[in-house]
Amino acid sequence: MSTQAKMQTRAASADGFQDDGADTVWIEQDPFIDRIPRWVAMLGLFVAIVGLWQVVTALDIVSPIVLPSPAETWADILFVGNNLLTGGHMLDALITTSLTVLYGFAIAVALGFSLGVLVGETKFGERAVMPYLVAIDTMPKVAFAPLFIAWLGFGISSKVALAAFIATFPVVVSTAAGLYAVSENERFLFKSMGASRLQTLVRLKLPIGLPYFFTGLKIASVGVMAGAITGEFLGGGEGFGALIRISASQLNTPRVFSLIIYLSFLGLALYLTVVWLQARLIFWNKTDKIGGIA
Amino acid sequence: MTDQSLHDTATAKPAVERPVFQISRLSKIYQRNRFTALSDVNLTLRKGEFASVIGSSGCGKSTLLKIMAGLMPPSSGRVVLDGRPVMGPREDIGMMFQQATLLPWKTALENIVLPIEIREGKAAARRYRDRAQDLLDLVGLARAADVYPSELSGGMAQRVSICRMLISDPSVLLLDEPFSALDELTRDFMNMELQRICMERRATAFLVTHSIPEAVILSDKIYVMQSNPGHVAEVIDIDLPRPRTLEMINTAKFGAIVGHIRGKLEKEAKA
Repeated sequence: MSTQAKMQTRAASADGFQDDGADTVWIEQDPFIDRIPRWVAMLGLFVAIVGLWQVVTALDIVSPIVLPSPAETWADILFVGNNLLTGGHMLDALITTSLTVLYGFAIAVALGFSLGVLVGETKFGERAVMPYLVAIDTMPKVAFAPLFIAWLGFGISSKVALAAFIATFPVVVSTAAGLYAVSENERFLFKSMGASRLQTLVRLKLPIGLPYFFTGLKIASVGVMAGAITGEFLGGGEGFGALIRISASQLNTPRVFSLIIYLSFLGLALYLTVVWLQARLIFWNKTDKIGGIA
Repeated sequence: MTDQSLHDTATAKPAVERPVFQISRLSKIYQRNRFTALSDVNLTLRKGEFASVIGSSGCGKSTLLKIMAGLMPPSSGRVVLDGRPVMGPREDIGMMFQQATLLPWKTALENIVLPIEIREGKAAARRYRDRAQDLLDLVGLARAADVYPSELSGGMAQRVSICRMLISDPSVLLLDEPFSALDELTRDFMNMELQRICMERRATAFLVTHSIPEAVILSDKIYVMQSNPGHVAEVIDIDLPRPRTLEMINTAKFGAIVGHIRGKLEKEAKA
């Protein structure tokens, strides 16, 4: 504190107000749980879960067929990883499942976007098409699997169809919701500029709706995985779903676990691709983020 | 407040300018709920005139503006701009909204040339870039051309939307409570800016507002509207000299006009 400032504070104390010159600065403390750095928190949680898992298996609380030990599982993860890297039969299965997921996702996005625009942009779509879509969406879609197999056979197409079927609806709803997100002022602005319906759709409504559309894509990217694997469970074939089913029937639980972990990498890759694309395309909207990835 | 006193000032206008906007016998009935929003509205906007319409919410002032902008058809009556009836949105009408309504994925400059891009395509919009830059200079945002709306304050964003309104050189400006979302200090400043721009360009402007001082400081003529059904209850000529300054708000004359309008609107609120 400068001498001058000190003199002023001393002078101010003439009215009986005591100022001993000490600032009344205090520090606001976050609770301990909010102060843990991300990597420590993630690693800590991982260690805790694996530790609990180790304790449960070491004490023979559950049978190894139900829950293998972490070490067994880790050994199998390495084995499957080796098989994948050396181009073994599991790599072929992974490629089959990946293609199923990608085809299913592509169809879901194309179909969902088209239907979403129909529903969101036209009164006919909103009044006539949407009720049917809602009706179909409320059905348990997995129940359609036998139909797809009967129509498309035991090859990849019946799995692609189920995956696309499950993933289409979130894209429809989010696309339509995005088109509704335009404010009245924005609509009047485009109207006052004499914009055509197509111009208003392409230059205003679709860009405004992009964040909604991507929310739908994220849900679809998760759904398409579930659809593809369910299809492979029920319709056989050569994908990872079939490998999981076979391993489970052989009571090879560690294999089931490691296959699921590799599958989760596939799902995560698709999800993160969508997130990356969203960040690239919607540079003006930085909200909508949980933990930096959602 | 006689017509004569207006011409005593330094910025006196010729006795009668040509009419730009003519509205006669205008009514609007919403068929959906048989609600009469406007009943027998008549008004004439002359070249270079700044008119305001003031009234409580629900008096039909926004409906009036939308009909004038060609965004909504009237139920009966006649709306003519520059000799041609208004039968839809027109290039020679400039509009400003309560919010700046800038597209967040376009820079300030790209937002300004948007009306050109929509009407005449991207090539034409490129030719207008220099003009857009001149307009940014006019509103004091010379260096904001490549800035995205998220980096602009509310007042700056509204200034960009003024430029967007002016880019196609409209013959009338329709302003729908343009600064009502801004804080009071910014709002005063923007009103003075708006006056300067309108005077420089001899613009014909029509402002919808619910702020009485704002209407008085900006306008040559104020239409006081009342509701049920929406109609013009009184037309007041404001003969304060131009350019108006914020200091005028403290004068007795200004206070008298504000008091008169407030009385008119309050009478309705109590009724």
